[in-house]
Amino acid sequence: MLKVISDRIKGGGRLSYEEAVGLFKHDDIFGIGRVAAEAAERKNGKKAYFIVNRHINPTNICVNRCKFCAFSRSKDEEGSFELTIDQILERLSAVHGFSEVHIVGGLHPEWPFEHYITMISAIRQKFPLLNIKAFTAVEIDYFSRISGLGLEEVLTKLKEGGLQIMPGGGAEIFAEGIRSKLCPEKISGERWREVMEVAHHVGIKTNATMLYGHLETFEDRVDHLFKLRDLQDKTGGFQAFISLAYHPKNTEIGGFYSSGIDDLKTIAMSRLILDNFDHVKAYWIMLGEKISQTALLFGADDLDGTIIEEKITHMAGAMTGEGMTREDLIYLIRKAGKTAVERDGLYNEIWKG
Amino acid sequence: MERISREEALALFKSADLLDLGEKADRIRKALHPEEMVTFVVDRNINYTNVCINQCRFCAFYRDAESPDAYVLSKEELFKKIEETIAFEGTQILIQGGLHPDLGLDYYTALLKSIKARFEINVHGFSPPEVCYLAKKHNLTVRETIQILKDAGLDSIPGGGAEILSDRVRQVLSPKKIKSREWLRVMEEAHGLGMRTTATMMFGSVEAPEDIIEHLAAIRSLQDRTGGFTAFIPWSFQPGNTELSRDDVGLQGSIRPATAIDYLRVLTLSRLYLDNVQNVQSSWVTQGLKLAQVALRFGANDFGSTMIEENVVRAAGVNYVVSKEDIIAAIKAAGFEAAQRNTYYSIIRKF
Repeated sequence: MLKVISDRIKGGGRLSYEEAVGLFKHDDIFGIGRVAAEAAERKNGKKAYFIVNRHINPTNICVNRCKFCAFSRSKDEEGSFELTIDQILERLSAVHGFSEVHIVGGLHPEWPFEHYITMISAIRQKFPLLNIKAFTAVEIDYFSRISGLGLEEVLTKLKEGGLQIMPGGGAEIFAEGIRSKLCPEKISGERWREVMEVAHHVGIKTNATMLYGHLETFEDRVDHLFKLRDLQDKTGGFQAFISLAYHPKNTEIGGFYSSGIDDLKTIAMSRLILDNFDHVKAYWIMLGEKISQTALLFGADDLDGTIIEEKITHMAGAMTGEGMTREDLIYLIRKAGKTAVERDGLYNEIWKG
Repeated sequence: MERISREEALALFKSADLLDLGEKADRIRKALHPEEMVTFVVDRNINYTNVCINQCRFCAFYRDAESPDAYVLSKEELFKKIEETIAFEGTQILIQGGLHPDLGLDYYTALLKSIKARFEINVHGFSPPEVCYLAKKHNLTVRETIQILKDAGLDSIPGGGAEILSDRVRQVLSPKKIKSREWLRVMEEAHGLGMRTTATMMFGSVEAPEDIIEHLAAIRSLQDRTGGFTAFIPWSFQPGNTELSRDDVGLQGSIRPATAIDYLRVLTLSRLYLDNVQNVQSSWVTQGLKLAQVALRFGANDFGSTMIEENVVRAAGVNYVVSKEDIIAAIKAAGFEAAQRNTYYSIIRKF
């Protein structure tokens, strides 16, 4: 089966739904990894990207309270926080040499939409060259509801303020049955895709994600990846895909960590299915540096960033450290036999070596 | 199947594609263990003392006898730890310590006898440096020393202290520690007295690929003569808090820990080269659970110990909190049946 698929993919053909499910269930991680690594090499050569970026979570106060989230708090709950725009600017001024800021937070019950526009504009004004990546589809949908504005208007205003890129969070898993158990408060998969489509339409690049390893089946994963592939055929606005391994600690759903083998296979399968995505990320803060590095041999081409502040995953029991230096990332990439490329938020090359 | 030569092993190690190596190692693992079962042992690593005259540069655990942190476990503490181990359904204790200048053979034989008088548990203890230290101290041969320990109740010997069995590397890492020949000698004598032992390798410090192959060759050749090794356990040097991780020890720059890909490469080579060693362990303690799971497809068939206590690695700043249930879940999630084994790899129960 693998040989036939491999030949077809090399010739520019695509995986069918049945083939993708079959491969996900297949035991041959080496064969799958090899075909995925070849596909990655056709797209990005020997390059493996990283970015020096800065994460800011403006608040953990959230009206949604998803069952798998260990980060969110209610307004008056112990441990809740909210940053002022000045505090955000201060945090960004405190360090240098990063090319992107990544902003995601809770759905704050009181902040009006204007607050977010002011936030983005203030960052843009103070840091004219910085790539601003902010707000998942879930937040955009929320802004639309609290402002009474349509998606296009919300996204256009944010873009005018300086927003260039949106992260891919909030996609979770599209399959309805699972999604309603996992995050009944969150927007539907259909709405998530709608937000992304409009974002791409107004000229905002985005990422896409999939949260796996909780209650879903392989069929659900393939369904999710095919929906992303279809949308990308239509818009071409996705930059990178990121598979997010579910972290079971401190969440209501519980369960176990996905296996390292499953993590690698999921990377490889996403590389094979998402033939119209330029990049597949092995997000080290979620997977750990060891699996992320290994994933570079299974179809991934990006380790993401040196992240100075990442609260969401760590509150769910991530076993990884909170920061890697530029040198750490370059070392990991080289030891995987790849060429390290520092990129900005839009995959422009900043440094190569 | 024809054996891999040293030259072939070196060429593979230096340039073969990791997925190809993994696939080969996985095939060999399947042939040796067709039941698709991954085993683990429930045991406790008890370090009876942290005082050590060897002061290896890769170790964060040792203290001088005068240090305020120096300790020797009392019998009460030791018995309590063993009781807890048995309560956790443990079948083995791994007793290792530093080379304490004030502890003689009497201490060891009394310790072993007192354990055996109270508990039914396998005592896996005293790695080759400890055995050699005792032999030298009491002017006994290695064989006599092991015989005395065995008569007092020692069941099996852990493979620690092997580090890299290349004296060039040992001279840098642990100049005061026993040389390769002595390590191998202890194992050969122990095997000759009917004891089983494991073999380890600590890589990722200052060795070259040639040193790793030299190590594997030494193990394979001894195993051809004795068949006494139950398992091979490669693990990577953990530089935190050690002398080697400092810049002022005359090495070129500080040492970065071995990466996942280095680990998997060494593991696959171990599985390919050591065709006469039945079991290869993955090291979740040094690699984390996720990479340890991946290791099960890169040649390993055993998950090692549940490590109720692991002081030495923890002292180097690595601290994964993992329960027996986590280990079982991790093995199952990797697609294998999980089974608790004893020291000799007999299955006690399946999960």
